Amino acid sequence: MLVLENVDAHYGKSHVLHGVSIEVRAGEVVGLLGRNGVGKTTTLKTIMGMARRTGGRITFEGRDLHGVPPHGLAGLGIAWVPEERRIFRLLTVLENLRTGLDRAGMTPPRHNALLEKVYAYFPILKERRNQAGGTLSGGEQQMLAIARAMVLEPKIILLDEPTEGLMPRMVGQIQEIVHALHREGVAILLVEQNVPLTLDAAGRVYIMEKGTVRHHASAAELRADQRVIHEYLGV
Amino acid sequence: MDQIIIQTLHGLVNGMVLAMVASGLTLIFGIMDIVNFAHGDLLMLGAFVGASVLGVTGSYWLALVVAMVVIAILGALLQITTLRPLIGRDPLTTILATFGVSLVIQKYALWQWGPSVRQISAPVRGDFNLFHLQYPWYRIATAVLAGLIIAALWLFLKYGKYGIWIRATTQDRVMAQAMGIPVPLVYTAVFAIGSAMAAASGVLFGPFAGVTQTMGFDFTLRAFIVVVVGGMGNLGGSILASIFVSLLESYAAIIVSPAQAVIVSFVVLVLTMLFRPTGLFVPTPK
Amino acid sequence: MTATVAARPRPRSAGYWTTFAVVVGLLLVAPLVLPPFWQRFVTEILIWGLLAMSSDILIGYTGMVSFGHSAFFGLGMYGAAAALLTVKPPSLPLALLYGLVAAGGAAVFVAYFATRLRDIYFAISTLVFSQIFYVIIFTWTEVTGGENGLTFSQPRLSILGLWSDRFTPTTFHWFVLAVVVLSYLLVRRITQSPFGMVLQSIRENEPRTRAIGYHVERYKIVAVMLSGLFAGLAGVLYAMQNKFAAPDFVFFVVSGEVVIFNVMGGMGTLVGPFAGAAFFLLLREGLSRFLTEYYLIPVGIIFIIMIIFLPQGLLGFLRRRLNT
Repeated sequence: MLVLENVDAHYGKSHVLHGVSIEVRAGEVVGLLGRNGVGKTTTLKTIMGMARRTGGRITFEGRDLHGVPPHGLAGLGIAWVPEERRIFRLLTVLENLRTGLDRAGMTPPRHNALLEKVYAYFPILKERRNQAGGTLSGGEQQMLAIARAMVLEPKIILLDEPTEGLMPRMVGQIQEIVHALHREGVAILLVEQNVPLTLDAAGRVYIMEKGTVRHHASAAELRADQRVIHEYLGV
Repeated sequence: MDQIIIQTLHGLVNGMVLAMVASGLTLIFGIMDIVNFAHGDLLMLGAFVGASVLGVTGSYWLALVVAMVVIAILGALLQITTLRPLIGRDPLTTILATFGVSLVIQKYALWQWGPSVRQISAPVRGDFNLFHLQYPWYRIATAVLAGLIIAALWLFLKYGKYGIWIRATTQDRVMAQAMGIPVPLVYTAVFAIGSAMAAASGVLFGPFAGVTQTMGFDFTLRAFIVVVVGGMGNLGGSILASIFVSLLESYAAIIVSPAQAVIVSFVVLVLTMLFRPTGLFVPTPK
Repeated sequence: MTATVAARPRPRSAGYWTTFAVVVGLLLVAPLVLPPFWQRFVTEILIWGLLAMSSDILIGYTGMVSFGHSAFFGLGMYGAAAALLTVKPPSLPLALLYGLVAAGGAAVFVAYFATRLRDIYFAISTLVFSQIFYVIIFTWTEVTGGENGLTFSQPRLSILGLWSDRFTPTTFHWFVLAVVVLSYLLVRRITQSPFGMVLQSIRENEPRTRAIGYHVERYKIVAVMLSGLFAGLAGVLYAMQNKFAAPDFVFFVVSGEVVIFNVMGGMGTLVGPFAGAAFFLLLREGLSRFLTEYYLIPVGIIFIIMIIFLPQGLLGFLRRRLNT
């Protein structure tokens, strides 16, 4: 469904991605592992049009994303949960959700249904719905960021390090959410430093190093033979 | 004492008109980092359009509405043709571009309407009595109307669907795009709104002193000052700053000539930039 | 990505000096072959070019846009006026001195703010300053003549008190040419020096320059001083050419026009501003015959189009060649 073929990318004059090839099929959870700075987040940003793609192709459901403006991706079904969460700090929780809810073709029944669904996943958000986004705790902001992506009713979520900086209890919650989304049929491209979580949630895993993909295997294989993980991640 | 009361009223009324001008400017700056040099000239053009419509139809309110609509459309066209190509470039290029637009608009107005001063007659006549003083109703009405328009803007931003889009884009353009918000369209819409507010200010201010091609620059300059003093991109701050600065100027006009009173606002600007560059009415950033 | 500091400049090419000599030669000969109107015109281009060049030091080399050059220019003008009106007989050196001191004083004032404000705030504050000076000059009628300005007579050109004679338009033109050429060469020397390289480095990436260890504030102060002094010099020359000083020249529109010359001609080239001034003034001359004062409409549109499509200006393509 989402295919990166031999993608090169640049930030300004820095050549940051070299020939990256990744595929995420419909409904799959795919993991992207690697040390800090190898280009995992950059890969997501390149899909979102924030880094300059200078080589290769990115297609989604067969359609080349080349000419698509950054604000068109959500409409195609691609949602992004960035590493820094990027909550609209001065907007309330509800308003944050509305940035995704208030879109073309939305009807009041669907609007409310989506809202209720998201509140069911994250009761704390319902409780804090009129609070400014900036006043939420780190964990709550992460939940809001995921909820915000969910209301777009996406086909795929680009999930960037959702457990970073979270307490262990919250990590477990994130894990459950990833499972739940998977059960709903939403594809996820999961960038993470947390190896056990990734191996548990994902079907296939790509490992990156120095701006390119070095290894590609099923999560089962990687669980069975931990040497590969050791080699690339030193864990 | 009488002088002080009158000047206070002047300050408040002028402050409200200035607040409307500054709101448009700060909205535009807050969302797209554009210092719109031509803002005052859009005000001027709005006043001329209003004067013309008034001359043809005799209706002040129609003049106000038409001026706002026409200038909003003009603003949108300007943004699309001259400012969109400059997105991503050095922000100073937009100052230069809007400066160029300002020159063109001024001379166009001269060409279209000639050098004589146009009049916009006030829709409301007569004075009202405050103690033993008389103050024109119209000026009070202007302040109230300006306040209503600003309040409408505020409500739109706070509760409207598109208001949320505008606020989200102002805070984080990239994330707004990722959420599917059509940012280029939002930019154009905000520029149009800002222009409409400038035009409204022009029509409201028209009866005060007549309409001339050069009336815009003074407003642009004061609006810049107020936007900086109020905190760039801060709507509430610029409104407070407008009233503050206008009051100070009005009081200063008791002592020095009006032409010199404008130095007061300059001094306030300079002091603000030196000691509280984020704005006088903005809480100190942590 | 970022310019490295202090690349040693290559020796200037022969092509550059040849072109330079040709241009100066043409300018020398100009007053002898042109009718009086165009003679004055060329002299004015030189003066405005000098003003625009002074602005280029800030805009093109240090990366600081200033809308305040009308203040320096105006103070140079009024300073010269003060000398020519108060000291009899009118003395050329004294006019220069007074004008430069006045402009220099303003430059110190502006320089102070330059170090504390960045970018847009600096630009706005320079705009405000030029307006403050305008208001003061406009309203302080007893000293400055207010709206009407001041008129005075042209000083004589005297060399070491030995020989003195009135200026003719031709000899005045040569005088201006000499001053402008010397100024240009001097500024060029400065911008090509390590000092100039640091300025350019500040323009490219200020935080990095600071991190390397340069006292960015000091460099900015010097840049503003230089810019202000040469702008004041232009003001003195203008005053002497026209024998009057008026507040119109302190109004910010002059600053705006100066910036237009810079953008049209090419920022960061030093010769660009002259080309920009010539281009603008010629356009104005040509168009105002058909359009009278509305010439600014097409010229303004041309300016906007140049910003969008030709941001490096007419001579901007020469920028690399002229600066390394």
